[in-house]
Amino acid sequence: MFDEFTGPFIIGHMNYWLFIILMMTGLYIVVAKGNLVKKIVGLNIFQTSVFMLYISMGKVTGGTAPIFPHDLDIDPDVIYSNPLPHVLILTAIVVGIATTSLGLALIVRINEEYGSIEEERILEIEQAITVAENTAHGDVMGGRG
Amino acid sequence: MLVVTAIAVVRMRSLFAMVMLSGVFSLLSALLFVTLDAVDVAFTEAAVGAGISTVLMLGTLALTSRFERPSKHSPLIPLFVVFVAGAALIYGTLDMPNFGAADAPAQTHVAPDYLARSPHEIGVPNVVTGILASYRGYDTLGETAVVFTAGIGVLLLISGLRGRRRRDDEDEATERGPGANVQNAASDAALNTGPKTGGQA
Repeated sequence: MFDEFTGPFIIGHMNYWLFIILMMTGLYIVVAKGNLVKKIVGLNIFQTSVFMLYISMGKVTGGTAPIFPHDLDIDPDVIYSNPLPHVLILTAIVVGIATTSLGLALIVRINEEYGSIEEERILEIEQAITVAENTAHGDVMGGRG
Repeated sequence: MLVVTAIAVVRMRSLFAMVMLSGVFSLLSALLFVTLDAVDVAFTEAAVGAGISTVLMLGTLALTSRFERPSKHSPLIPLFVVFVAGAALIYGTLDMPNFGAADAPAQTHVAPDYLARSPHEIGVPNVVTGILASYRGYDTLGETAVVFTAGIGVLLLISGLRGRRRRDDEDEATERGPGANVQNAASDAALNTGPKTGGQA
């Protein structure tokens, strides 16, 4: 399979690889970082790189933006890029901002409840609450305290 | 440049600088969309990604904290996961057509049909607009429903925040001053206008 790794192949696939690197950077932020706002930014980077992947699939070499002349007098020699990924991604961007705003509202609410937007701190508080409840109600609930 | 910005976001401890960098990232990706012939996507990304989401994140930062605490966990497991996922994705691209190939399957099935028929059937010079509003009208309607639902969700989560704050203030009898409430109202407004403006984009 490695005999196909020639110059045109590598250049023709460089765009996909670049977007995958970006995608993985976003995924790394989401998985490894504890700050909730940072996680949202990572999710946005991931999302945008998926958009770029789709848009790059619709590009035709020598093509132009899929907008016709105003009088709709179309020159058959002009190549237009594929408009379908554009439509799809336009919808996805708007849905993306809707989910982002919902996530940020959740973060504001979490901060109000726990006083922190760090995942580790929130887990510590949760654990403390559970321990306190177990000690308080342990006898009634079966003697775990 | 996009990769450099993304890696800077990973390293950045100051959340304010990180949000600004994510705005830069959106603008750079909008430039990339222009070069890839997707002008509609580019201006939506510039308005929504670099504009509204930056404002929303700054509003969140105003209500929460500004700095990130360093994580105690080792980054090795996430790095391993990321490398395995990346390698799998790169293996998946090996079967993809070359960038810009005119004979790629994506370019040869329905796309020429849309390009040929939309001037006669819709009569709008911009094919993307024609497909979005006419052929894919139900999609756009569904998208509006999603944005509406998100708007309701944000309102439900944020509403009463000021009331609860005031109650807390009275309970603690501390002088936080009107500054906190004004800031609060400003980001409330920012969060509430976000989804609506997004719907028009």
